[in-house]
Amino acid sequence: MHLSLLIWLPAAAALFGALLPGRAARAGAVSGSLVTLGLSIAVLVQFKTGGGLQFITDETWISELGIHYKLGVDGLNLFFILLATLLFAATMVWAALQTWERESTFFLWLGIAESAVIGALTAQDLALFVAFFDLMLIPFYFLTGQWGIGPNRVAGVTKLVIYTLVGSLLMLAAAVATAVLAANGDHLNFTFSFLADHRLANGSQNWIFLFFAAAFLVKMPLFPLHGWMPDGYRAMPMPVLAVFSGVLSKVAAYGFLRIALPLFPHGSVHYQELMLLIALASILYGSAMAFTTTNARLILGYSSVAQMGFIVLGIFALRAQGAQGAVLQSVNHGLVVAPAFFIVALLAARAGGSEDVRDMGGLAFRAPVLASLFLIVALATLAMPGSSNFVGEFLILLGVFNSKIVIAIVAFTGVALASVYTLRLFIRAMHNRVAPGDESREMTLADGVILVPLVAVILFLAVYPQFVLKRTSRETTSAAQAAAAVVR
Amino acid sequence: MMLAVAKAPHMDWSALSPLVALFGGATLVLMLGLLRPRFVRHTLVPLTAIASLGAAIGLAIWQWDRKADLVSAALRIDGLALVLMILIFSAGIATVLLSWRAAAPVEAAHGEYFALLLTSIAGMALLVEAQNTITLFVAFELLSIPLYVLCATEMRRTTSLESGLKYLIVGSVGSATLVYGLAMLYGATGATDFAAIAKGAAGGIGTDVLFLTGIALALTGLAFKASVAPFHQWTPDVYEGAPTPVTAFMAVATKAAAFGAILRLFDVALVDSAGDWAPAMAALAAITIVVGNVGALTQTSLKRLLAWSSVAQAGYILAGVVVSSSLGSKATLFYLAVYLGMNLAAFAVIIARERETGLGDHIDSVAGLGTSRPILAWPMTLAMLSLAGIPATAGFIGKIYLIDATVDGGYTWLGVFIVVGSMLSLAYYLRVIAAMWMRPAVGTELTPAAAGVGGRPALAGGAASDPLDPTVAASEGTRRAEPEVVFVAVLFGAATLVGGIVPSPLFNLINHAGGALGIF
Repeated sequence: MHLSLLIWLPAAAALFGALLPGRAARAGAVSGSLVTLGLSIAVLVQFKTGGGLQFITDETWISELGIHYKLGVDGLNLFFILLATLLFAATMVWAALQTWERESTFFLWLGIAESAVIGALTAQDLALFVAFFDLMLIPFYFLTGQWGIGPNRVAGVTKLVIYTLVGSLLMLAAAVATAVLAANGDHLNFTFSFLADHRLANGSQNWIFLFFAAAFLVKMPLFPLHGWMPDGYRAMPMPVLAVFSGVLSKVAAYGFLRIALPLFPHGSVHYQELMLLIALASILYGSAMAFTTTNARLILGYSSVAQMGFIVLGIFALRAQGAQGAVLQSVNHGLVVAPAFFIVALLAARAGGSEDVRDMGGLAFRAPVLASLFLIVALATLAMPGSSNFVGEFLILLGVFNSKIVIAIVAFTGVALASVYTLRLFIRAMHNRVAPGDESREMTLADGVILVPLVAVILFLAVYPQFVLKRTSRETTSAAQAAAAVVR
Repeated sequence: MMLAVAKAPHMDWSALSPLVALFGGATLVLMLGLLRPRFVRHTLVPLTAIASLGAAIGLAIWQWDRKADLVSAALRIDGLALVLMILIFSAGIATVLLSWRAAAPVEAAHGEYFALLLTSIAGMALLVEAQNTITLFVAFELLSIPLYVLCATEMRRTTSLESGLKYLIVGSVGSATLVYGLAMLYGATGATDFAAIAKGAAGGIGTDVLFLTGIALALTGLAFKASVAPFHQWTPDVYEGAPTPVTAFMAVATKAAAFGAILRLFDVALVDSAGDWAPAMAALAAITIVVGNVGALTQTSLKRLLAWSSVAQAGYILAGVVVSSSLGSKATLFYLAVYLGMNLAAFAVIIARERETGLGDHIDSVAGLGTSRPILAWPMTLAMLSLAGIPATAGFIGKIYLIDATVDGGYTWLGVFIVVGSMLSLAYYLRVIAAMWMRPAVGTELTPAAAGVGGRPALAGGAASDPLDPTVAASEGTRRAEPEVVFVAVLFGAATLVGGIVPSPLFNLINHAGGALGIF
């Protein structure tokens, strides 16, 4: 299996569709993303657990700069890729059920976005990763600026782009510095394998780690760097937002595990407490905001801040359990947040277009299937025992407990807060009397086509979280141990 | 009996042939321009100019592997000169295409306009070949004086005249500073040849006050031409006032030539005293990056915006010179080539919209371009993304190369300045993209009837320059820009994209030039 096919198929299919007349664009983009999903499942089937880096493509891209077009899959990125292809496929189908102005351009950007995200997740070369990481933002700029919501959408998305590119550009400088310092006068080489063998001096690791951390934290976003989130989330069209929140923040979490911990272990240890405190602050702040805000999509946005806080907490426990929990929780969060946004869109359609929870109520009255599916998603979000999210949060807290007990104790409150804001959203929307101006109606078959498979995956992982843990354990453990080795 | 015999230097005509093609072309164009028939003036003259530039490119490629001193070592032909010449000549062809049906050649007479253009290009070719301070200065003046005139060729527009005058005055100050600096270098080393100056610099003269002052003044003079802050103040006004094809030409070709001279003087001749001048030049580069990007933030005229952006870009390019290594020189050249492509694409779109809308170069002229004219919107989008350094464009690779060179040369902080500058620049490059894709077209409601009834309709809020005559906008609302302008935009837009995905050919070209520099 050629990973290049996996990366470029969505963009190529969308481009091909865009060049054809009529409604070929949406057909091209949707089929492209569905085939990509099939290909990623084929990768999963052929994947050898514990077999190290597989499906390797390694070509020299720019020999003068030592940049390789190197791709590969291992336990660390396997499920991130599956999550991305699954959520993009769902988003494409969802978007195809709606009408868009200039739809060929819309689907072209969506296809490019999928290609860039998969590229960032499969890249095994630092410069290639940075290139894809920056590139994946550009489609969202156009998607939001052109098809977004509200008069302030351009300002909102510009804020988003500038925030995230500030981080990304710092990362670019740091990446080049990493390669130059690692090469030590020899020919440059940006591949992860080379950089892992040629670690930098401790002092350099520290500042370079900070630059990378800035890029990843802005992208997630975590507490002090989340300023773009409310405006950006409000402006995005719902299908785009589902995939943005579900996938792009996970690329940042993946970046920590793939780059920050293995390549800059000393930096990771040096700033461990800072990162844990940022994570903790995000959990508390995100939960508090999710509990007080009334806009349903911002409730999900702030809950993501809290959830991403948990993931960073797990990563910077610098313990194997924590890292495993972080990977599992990344997959879980992506799986719950995308259907949650879809459900919010359905709710808003029933509440006269308003996304304010105060305008909702009693929507479960004539929509039992929708209510049940929402309940499953909500219970998974609040990490009900029996859900895969519970396993993820448990592993994360176990890891933190073993390394920083005080932080773990405070973080436990975050678990409780999650049930408060999630249940508040569910109760406000579904229970009570039917609010004036609302109509309670069941979701359509087309809605089910999108929602049911996602919920099925949530249920499958709830029953069998080992499916993920087994395949990821070797690489996540080694990522965490690279840093843990410094502590000893 | 003795006869005083003045022995003329040996002339290597094959190596000088690109210059001969340009000067011959200039003469021919001037003569043709005197003929009466409209066909000759409007079609044959530009065609001749293109032919002469094409011939110059062909002759340069013919001389591709030459490395030789010419005319008693006053000039030198080598990879660096040839690569820069090909870049400048390509920009020249693009300029001729953009000027073809512009107003400026009509007002200034076709023969003169294109002859001046060719002469200025010849001056640039001489400048990148110059091997001693005398030829450096002569070439510098030869490229500058025709440009002063070209800026003022739209004779019925005051801003064009003002632009020419301003450029003349500021440019003369720059030239005077340069010649003063060169004289001091002569005083310090007793030589005009770069090779001899290099020898003087190597011999421990680096702390000599006369020598250092000479370097500083020479750098200042060249910095004027390359719009390096704080010697950039003329740039926005001149760029805005000059006819847009001339602005495009100045932005790319003049910059390439000036940096060619800076490379020759600093990274070859004075490379051994780099410890003395590099920190000062690094400070200049940092200042230039900040000043250019901050200046561009509030601009509403696209030409002024690109003028400030060109100041910022000069700062990035200068960072490659600062490190005075072979890597740095190659990064500089690479970025110059990339810069040429993205700016020409952007200027071609501005010219197209000037002719299509009557809104001049106001940012509103590109509003709604994504829906109405995607063939222009895409090149402009690619140019803006590339200038900002977004991946999948050549600008991204160029930035990596420059950052690589700065970190490698021990100027990591300057590399960080480059990325900080890129962050600032996003704010204004994205504004242009947002105007094209995310705003409705301005003036679509401006039907001839509405313009006739309402007198001056509210239009393009705040833009008060004179091309905003609504009747012009209305009558030209359905005009389409000429195919050659669209061709330039699409060609260089596509080159910017392809260069970001398959950069190897460009790297090969630059390596050819870098091999000639012979440092380290």
